Amino acid sequence: MIDLTQLDRAESAAVAQAALLANEQREQWESEATTSHLVKSGELDLSHNVILYLDDITVSFDGFRALNKLSLTIDAGELRCIIGPNGAGKTTMMDVITGKTRPDSGKAFFGQTIDLTRLTEPEIAHAGIGRKFQKPTIFERLSAFENLELAMKADKRVRRTLFASLFDEERDRIAGVLKQIRLTAEADRPAGLLSHGQKQWLEIGMLLMQEPRLLLLDEPVAGMTDDETERTAELFVSLAGKHSLMVVEHDMAFVEALGGKVTVLCEGSVLAEGDLASVQADSRVIEVYLGR
Amino acid sequence: MRTPFTIRLIQSTPKSGWLAIAIFATLTLVCVPLAHLALPESNPLHLSAYTVSLLGKILCYMVVAVAMDLIWGYAGILSLGHGLFFALGGYAFGMYLMRQIGRDGSYGADLPDFMVFLDWKALPWYWAGSDSLLWALFLVVALPGIVAFVFGWFAFRSRIKGVYFSIITQALTYAAMLLFFRNETGFGGNNGFTDFKRIVGHDITSPEMRVTLFALSAALLIACLVLGRYLVSSRFGRVLAAIRDAESRVMFIGYNPLHYKLFIWTLSAVLCGLAGALYVPQVGIINPSEMSPANSIEIAVWVAVGGRGTLVGAVLGAGIVNLAKSFFTVTVPEYWPFFLGFLFIAVTLYLPDGVVGLWRSLRERRATAAASDAAAAPVPAPRAAASGPDPVAVSKGATA
Ligand SMILES: Nc1ncnc2c1ncn2[C@@H]1O[C@H](COP(=O)(O)OP(=O)(O)OP(=O)(O)O)[C@@H](O)[C@H]1O
Ligand SMILES: [Mg+2]
Repeated sequence: MIDLTQLDRAESAAVAQAALLANEQREQWESEATTSHLVKSGELDLSHNVILYLDDITVSFDGFRALNKLSLTIDAGELRCIIGPNGAGKTTMMDVITGKTRPDSGKAFFGQTIDLTRLTEPEIAHAGIGRKFQKPTIFERLSAFENLELAMKADKRVRRTLFASLFDEERDRIAGVLKQIRLTAEADRPAGLLSHGQKQWLEIGMLLMQEPRLLLLDEPVAGMTDDETERTAELFVSLAGKHSLMVVEHDMAFVEALGGKVTVLCEGSVLAEGDLASVQADSRVIEVYLGR
Repeated sequence: MRTPFTIRLIQSTPKSGWLAIAIFATLTLVCVPLAHLALPESNPLHLSAYTVSLLGKILCYMVVAVAMDLIWGYAGILSLGHGLFFALGGYAFGMYLMRQIGRDGSYGADLPDFMVFLDWKALPWYWAGSDSLLWALFLVVALPGIVAFVFGWFAFRSRIKGVYFSIITQALTYAAMLLFFRNETGFGGNNGFTDFKRIVGHDITSPEMRVTLFALSAALLIACLVLGRYLVSSRFGRVLAAIRDAESRVMFIGYNPLHYKLFIWTLSAVLCGLAGALYVPQVGIINPSEMSPANSIEIAVWVAVGGRGTLVGAVLGAGIVNLAKSFFTVTVPEYWPFFLGFLFIAVTLYLPDGVVGLWRSLRERRATAAASDAAAAPVPAPRAAASGPDPVAVSKGATA
């Protein structure tokens, strides 16, 4: 977004330049408003610097509480790690955020204004939340390139998709992401033939193609080699700031490499929060999780 | 730069595909008409009225097979009720054909014979406009289209999938059959429509009309193939493939599968309707048995035999099974259901990719054999990798 208070302070030439840009930007938004009708609820409002706000969320499956009065906030640009024993509710929390599971009670907001509990899965994706699943789900019969093409931020309604073809810029963007995820050489092979680690990378690439504001990554390095894990950490750290990331991971070396704030989930609610060292020193955490 | 749409449409069918289409068009639009109209009956190359109508009928079935393949082979939705849409198109055009009989029916009345028989005094309201060819053509598209859209809307919105969806489509066509069996429904009850006389005033049994209907069926098939080829190789087609692979994942990247399924489903139904409309004047009858569940299952068998997920496969399958069927019905009609059942089981067990799949694996085996021969030979064999014109290339990339 263009910050108008800063424009006021800028010199006149720069102001003219920026106004031009702002105009372009507005035109783009207007055309987006007509094309992506799904996000009527408006732009992401980050005025309190909070991108995700979960409050008192409860989800039960046949009486079993997978999430129990869970409250959590993520700041804009933050890289947050979520750890916790198996069955703690980490994946369920992501299901709630992405609209796959509706909470029995509680609030879930994206920014200040977008109520996630009222949107459908595609609407949430359009609003700017991208998700990488625990089990990589890529489209096996399509090539890596085509997987990225489908994930690309674009008008995704039928009548556009029927006539869509790639612009050169879009091709370049896909090539850029392929390079980022080190799959340039595999671009045209069916994605089903990639190695497990490569599939994980492809899925991360698909996420990046959507240009999400918030990335949810469920065990992104499971099945990766140490080298791949290290590269993934580098990639995530480089993404933080511009994007906000929520990473669920069991691999402590990886969590350490990411270096962000850590939240420990247990039995559906937050047990502890802080940097990795302080969390690891917490006796309750040691008891339920690290001590085992 | 973006390539203009028409060029992309043309490019979506590969050169070998266009070659095959050109050969097919020459055969159907030139050779068959000439062989029927110009050659005397004494000539061994003469095609009889029976043969032309039979071939025309099979062309219509091929269109249905392509329509079926679009949803089953490419979108993974198995319909066991596609006969309904075919029949609806047939009935819509049949109404027009009934009105074209005029006073030449056996009662010499203005109303179609079956209405006179029921002692009806006037046309029911839904027969309004049925004397107009344009209205009939509109209904041919709209009727199956609307039924499919409404049904699809509810089924896909409720996320009904897999075998449940297939069973519901069976129920749908069965219910429609029962409805059309009733005389009061106003579509001729179990006799349906028959004894057609004319289309736009021209004798329906004339050789010229027969050849025209045949050529129109061939043209429709070509159009379906080119359109289908474009669809499955477009981004739309990739979204369909993605929905088939992992539907929930598709939603998370922002596509609404409901709309995609609904579009291809409705389009498929409309293509069936068009095929039905061309079928009815060629066979001279339409009755509710076209909606019988067994008919719809047969459509799925055609596609399975040919190889689902390839457009040529669908066409081949419809051709092979129906030629076999007309052979059986002429020689040993009572064995046909057994043969069909056997065919389906054999294909499911041994040829999951149908005839096209078999052909491909044979070719691959030969290619690898040739390659290993070439590797073994002291001098590289230059012809090892070369291959002739490849009809299967029409469908390549579809499954890739
Ligand atoms: N659809 C469902 N129906 C019933 N129970 C469910 C469902 N989804 C999750 N659960 C249960 O809810 C609890 C939380 O599961 P969840 O998948 O969120 O855990 P997790 O923290 O992601 O665990 P892991 O580390 O093993 O991935 C588990 O006990 C699980 O069995
Ligand atoms: Mg999990």
